[in-house]
Amino acid sequence: MENFCERLGENALYHINYAGRLGIFLFLCLTNILAPPYKIRPVIQQIHFIGAKSLFVIVFTGAFTGMVLGLQGYYSLRQFGSESALGSAVALSLIRELGPVLTALMVTGRAGSAICAEIGIMRNSEQIDALECMAIDPYRFLMAPKFLAAFFALPLLTSFFDVVGIFGGFLIGVKLLGVNEGAYFSGMYKSVVWDDIYMGIVKSLCFAVLIVWICAGKGFYLHLERSGGFGAEGVSRATTNAVVLSSVAILVWDYLITAILL
Amino acid sequence: MPEHAVVIELRGVDKSFGRQKVLDQIDIVIPEAKTTVIVGASGQGKSVLLKHMLGLIRADRGEVLVLGRDIARMSNRELRDTRTRFGVLFQGAALLDSITVFDNVALPLRERTRLTESEIRKRVREKLELMNLVDVDEKYPAQLSGGMKKRVGLARALILEPKIVFLDEPTTGLDVKMSKEIYRLIHTTQERLGFTAVIVSHDVPKIFKLADYIALMAASRIQGCLPPVEFQLSDNPYIRDFVQETMGEIYTSGERVT
Repeated sequence: MENFCERLGENALYHINYAGRLGIFLFLCLTNILAPPYKIRPVIQQIHFIGAKSLFVIVFTGAFTGMVLGLQGYYSLRQFGSESALGSAVALSLIRELGPVLTALMVTGRAGSAICAEIGIMRNSEQIDALECMAIDPYRFLMAPKFLAAFFALPLLTSFFDVVGIFGGFLIGVKLLGVNEGAYFSGMYKSVVWDDIYMGIVKSLCFAVLIVWICAGKGFYLHLERSGGFGAEGVSRATTNAVVLSSVAILVWDYLITAILL
Repeated sequence: MPEHAVVIELRGVDKSFGRQKVLDQIDIVIPEAKTTVIVGASGQGKSVLLKHMLGLIRADRGEVLVLGRDIARMSNRELRDTRTRFGVLFQGAALLDSITVFDNVALPLRERTRLTESEIRKRVREKLELMNLVDVDEKYPAQLSGGMKKRVGLARALILEPKIVFLDEPTTGLDVKMSKEIYRLIHTTQERLGFTAVIVSHDVPKIFKLADYIALMAASRIQGCLPPVEFQLSDNPYIRDFVQETMGEIYTSGERVT
């Protein structure tokens, strides 16, 4: 019993300590985003890595999500004789909910995991220590471009996801199942308002911070992992943890922000 | 220790990792413009000691004074300012592996100075030539041999002409010729720049030629920090054992001393 309590206390202390470190990490990253010297090239490189290179997977996922929504929506709405509302149903589901969440989950899998592995390897091979010893702030040099790039890339990727998804729904609903083309788009035009788009943008910006924060933070504190952050296995474990934690955080935060904004 | 200005001083420093005590009541003084070499068997905490001086690890107890100020009490900005005087060569060179050799050496210049790209190019070329590194500008660290990585690391450490240079095992894993070359480079640049050097090394007795003071880490403590000749003749049992193990018996005027 005493052992159990000791372990419980130890666990609690470890997690509180780790959460505190991640909090300080986020604070230092965000305060260093606008610290000089300003270098645009690393930001563009990161936009290319996080944004442009994720485009294919986002378009692919968006298209199939829209197609499934078109299919499911059509058969559900037909029961009430409201097939004409298919356009609004697809667009609202995508813009308010599925677009930001699925985009963030795909970016976590593709770019977040790579960010964690990159920073983790830099930590293990003393590259981050070397930066600190050269009086180069790793938060400004390594993290700030990733945060800025994610700020730009996530809303843009989400927009691509939404547009492609709407056309995926159009393809199935209008071209395959025979919903009226005018009704599909006019219903969407009437029902989608600025607040819906605003909610999608706010969500994607929040997810951008969550992804880079958790994935980069897990890599940055790899050496403090209790399960041993050393070697290739340590990096792979941290990367898996980062993707899982980041995905869960995206879903929890999605609920919270929806509740706040509704 | 002589009457030189003190650059770094450790007072009663303790450090444990879990239940293992790595540093126990460490006291050491690093004098200005001199070379202090820290020797000792593997796993005695030499690199940990160096990382305390660099501010990468915090002591559990005691003080690490760098240029008269406790490194643990410095703000991030003060620590960064202090580190602008440092040049560090890590054991594994710690080159950034996603950028080229040229960009690695140019990094401190690009991040910490306002030099133009052509001036940076000129300085980096000079430094790489000094290190006998030709046609490696566009190579990545993974494409270099161990010796070349060390020399690139040394070029990067010295590019901003630092006041204090820390070298962690600068010749480990290098052949005899390359080791001599590295020592020659350290010696000539120190003569020119007059920096304070702290070197962690296994390379006994060759490293003695470079050293003004030698400190032995054993049993988690500094067993003595002495000039090379006094070190070899010391009565301290740890130092005597170390000298015997690494150099064999010491003789003076035809008589065996140890």
